[in-house]
Amino acid sequence: MIHKFDVVIVGAGGAGLRAAVEIPKGYSCAVISKVFPTRSHTGTAQGGVCAALSNEEDDSWLNHAFDTVKGSDYLGDQDAIEIMCQDAPRAIIELEHMGMPFSRTKEGKIAQRKFGGHTKPEDPNDPNSRRLPVQRACYSADRTGHVMLQTLYENCIKNNVNFFSEYYLTDLIIEDGTCKGLIALDMATSEIHTFHAKAVMFATGGYGRVYRITSNAHVGTGDGCALVYQAGLPLEDMEFYQFHPTGLWRLGILVSEAARGEGGILRNSANEPFMEVYAPTVKDLAPRDMVSRAIISEIRAGRGILGSDGTYYINLDLTHLGKKVIDEKIPEITGFARTYLGVEPTKESVPIQPTAHYAMGGIPTNYDTEVLYDNKGKTVTGFYAAGECACVSVHGGNRLGTNSLLDIVVFGRRGGKKIAEFLETAKQIDFNSDPSEKTKEKLTNLLSQSGNEKTAVIRRELQQNMMDKCGIFRNETDLTEMKQLIMQYKERYNNITVQDKSSVFNTDLVETIELANMLDIAESINDGALNRKESRGAHMREDFPKREDEKWMKHTFIWKDGSGGNPRIDYKPVIKTRFEPMERKY
Amino acid sequence: MEVTFKILRYNPEKDKEPHYEQYRFEAHENMTVLDCLHKIKWEHDGSLAFRRSCAHGVCGSDGMRINGKNHLACSTLLKDLNTKDTITIEPLPSMPIVKDLILDMTDFYEKYYAVKPYLINKSPVPPDSERLQSNEDAEKLFESAKCILCACCTTSCPSTWSNDNYIGPAALLKAYRFVFDTRDDAADERLDIIDTPDGIWRCHTIFNCIESCPKEINITWHISQLKKELSNREL
Ligand SMILES: Cc1cc2nc3c(=O)[nH]c(=O)nc-3n(C[C@H](O)[C@H](O)[C@H](O)COP(=O)(O)OP(=O)(O)OC[C@H]3O[C@@H](n4cnc5c(N)ncnc54)[C@H](O)[C@@H]3O)c2cc1C
Ligand code: SF4
Ligand code: SF4
Ligand code: FES
Repeated sequence: MIHKFDVVIVGAGGAGLRAAVEIPKGYSCAVISKVFPTRSHTGTAQGGVCAALSNEEDDSWLNHAFDTVKGSDYLGDQDAIEIMCQDAPRAIIELEHMGMPFSRTKEGKIAQRKFGGHTKPEDPNDPNSRRLPVQRACYSADRTGHVMLQTLYENCIKNNVNFFSEYYLTDLIIEDGTCKGLIALDMATSEIHTFHAKAVMFATGGYGRVYRITSNAHVGTGDGCALVYQAGLPLEDMEFYQFHPTGLWRLGILVSEAARGEGGILRNSANEPFMEVYAPTVKDLAPRDMVSRAIISEIRAGRGILGSDGTYYINLDLTHLGKKVIDEKIPEITGFARTYLGVEPTKESVPIQPTAHYAMGGIPTNYDTEVLYDNKGKTVTGFYAAGECACVSVHGGNRLGTNSLLDIVVFGRRGGKKIAEFLETAKQIDFNSDPSEKTKEKLTNLLSQSGNEKTAVIRRELQQNMMDKCGIFRNETDLTEMKQLIMQYKERYNNITVQDKSSVFNTDLVETIELANMLDIAESINDGALNRKESRGAHMREDFPKREDEKWMKHTFIWKDGSGGNPRIDYKPVIKTRFEPMERKY
Repeated sequence: MEVTFKILRYNPEKDKEPHYEQYRFEAHENMTVLDCLHKIKWEHDGSLAFRRSCAHGVCGSDGMRINGKNHLACSTLLKDLNTKDTITIEPLPSMPIVKDLILDMTDFYEKYYAVKPYLINKSPVPPDSERLQSNEDAEKLFESAKCILCACCTTSCPSTWSNDNYIGPAALLKAYRFVFDTRDDAADERLDIIDTPDGIWRCHTIFNCIESCPKEINITWHISQLKKELSNREL
């Protein structure tokens, strides 16, 4: 079946829905999602969304921008960061106007709390004075993402947006440098649909599922990014993948930084509050990459706590917060600890370990969400990307907590606006040939190929090895081994038998396509990591432990089409406005 | 330990009727029912179909009937079930089965859309700031805003079983979410929508819904607030 729309948005998380709200009524717009919109991953976000609203204490967007640049370890593009931080207060107020329920201050304003890496100078007249944590994260208990997603979906219902739920994107159609549409599989029937569009936006979210321990939903397989890579376009800064310090031990389910924002303390086996050693001023509220490394360093130094399955964890102590704070400010996450680990957070520490959490890298775009064709600034006509799948880059080498929910609403809206502008003169361009052929052939092949491999087995091996060899600490030997492994997985992939041959909700088939995407994503992360011989933000090379600004303050662009089946790598300079790189101490 | 799962299976392309199939496998008491379904799918039968995403009880994808009770597979641990006996897994009742544990939820969503689940505000908003709302008023909404649209409540409600047209607890809860929002101006419109023969009055306060809500929302309390509001309106 062929559909014609002015614009098709793939992804019904915060970024996709915010963009959809922005498309003027006169244009036809469809939103495609592999899950029902409110089941998108944005709904799991807990802690907050930040803006220098100054509702609790004085703050400024410049403080926020400074923190974001420093948090990014000077890899973020400062022009885009300035846009985001300056636009943040407006974006949050707009969400309130749309109906988002927020926790409130005594005066009835939006309440704000502390979060890792968000600071302001102790002396407001001296920007170089010591920086202390600031209350910048707006929240709705610990269900901020949930109510944000609900609110955005509700506004889409109000605006009669067309949804194609449980449609799975299988191909992106780019011909002669122009994006003409996409192909999707209706999961309920296996019917293949061609979406012919003047503009396409990808808002397909992250890919935490390439790692074994992750906070990400099962659907976080990086399909959008992988399709861009497969279409011969570059991906940016893929080696920068964030591990959140506090995932529930063994499970990876997130315990938001809000727990530490409210006063929670990390303790090792000797019950020492060890963050005091690693980040003397902000302690437990240091940025995530630093806290994650501190946790692994403690465990490596023999100060972890031995769990029942032979692995080690660290304790997150919330007991001193009292029942009232726990029940009112962080009820959801403490509920997870009770349900899944049987731990009572008011009385006992919560066992945690770092968990794969957020993709700083992704589809390169400019700050108007136009997808870059190359590392020189040329764009792909009619193609946009926003949210976690995109790399603007506002997060650089390491994202600060609460900056992603902000990113998705700021850049989702900017994308919607830019698309509306583009549609004023855009034309629907015919396809050169039937674009659905490739998907049809791929599905037929997958369903007919046979061999003794299983999707789940290869996936599990990939996830475990990515964790061990391409995780928080990396080195040449491990990364080289990982590269070999990924090549082997790709060969084994051709021997997978898809057991389910039916055409109704063939989730076996969908998982197998997802695995192909995950393999490409893993390749781009690992090759990027192997190539970048320095340590910056979340990318830590034990064999190159220093940040090297002269050589490496630049973005990695990676293409699939190098020689001998290898990816090709080139670079793009970081954009600097007013913040000079300095040592990143907290 | 070994566990036995008995799952209601249905493939519309092969089966005339849904039927049970049994699976026996090695499991651990800390595994969730979702982990077990994955184990079956990934190790035994790839064709088993169910919805899931977040795996920790926040996306609302995997509501199903576990030993006769509606719950989320991802929030039910084996240690909370009696694993000596067979564990029975069925799709939620009173919605059409599409395949195995996947239901056609169109009707459930339609009822949710029917209550106008979005803020309707007719007065101009302040240009550069949020509308003020006391934290107390905001918190009155939080319980109802927790809903993840999993349909466990609506499909456990005897009034739904006896009448397909009953709007159901999930939609009523959503109506509450907006009727009691101090920023909303369309309480009357929504109250009109639920003040119908197939609306709120079909709720006989039987409490099944509360028992099955994985987010532990006191749904009946919220419905009773709406009933009060309706009675006040009539006076
Ligand atoms: C547990 C957790 C807690 C978090 N807490 C916070 C927080 O407190 N503050 C903060 O700022 N950030 C937080 N984050 C990060 C933030 O939530 C995400 O980065 C952000 O929500 C991503 O939004 P998105 O719109 O880009 O993508 P998502 O919400 O992930 O949506 C992706 C969409 O793409 C669709 N899609 C993907 N692939 C396909 C395909 N092949 N076909 C069709 N559709 C497809 C999906 O169905 C979905 O609708 C958290 C993340 C996690 C995991
Ligand atoms: S209390 Fe009302 S809505 Fe809930 S189960 Fe009973 S009749 Fe249904
Ligand atoms: S009220 Fe509870 S049971 Fe009903 S849909 Fe919402 S979360 Fe599910
Ligand atoms: S998988 Fe999300 S609620 Fe169970």
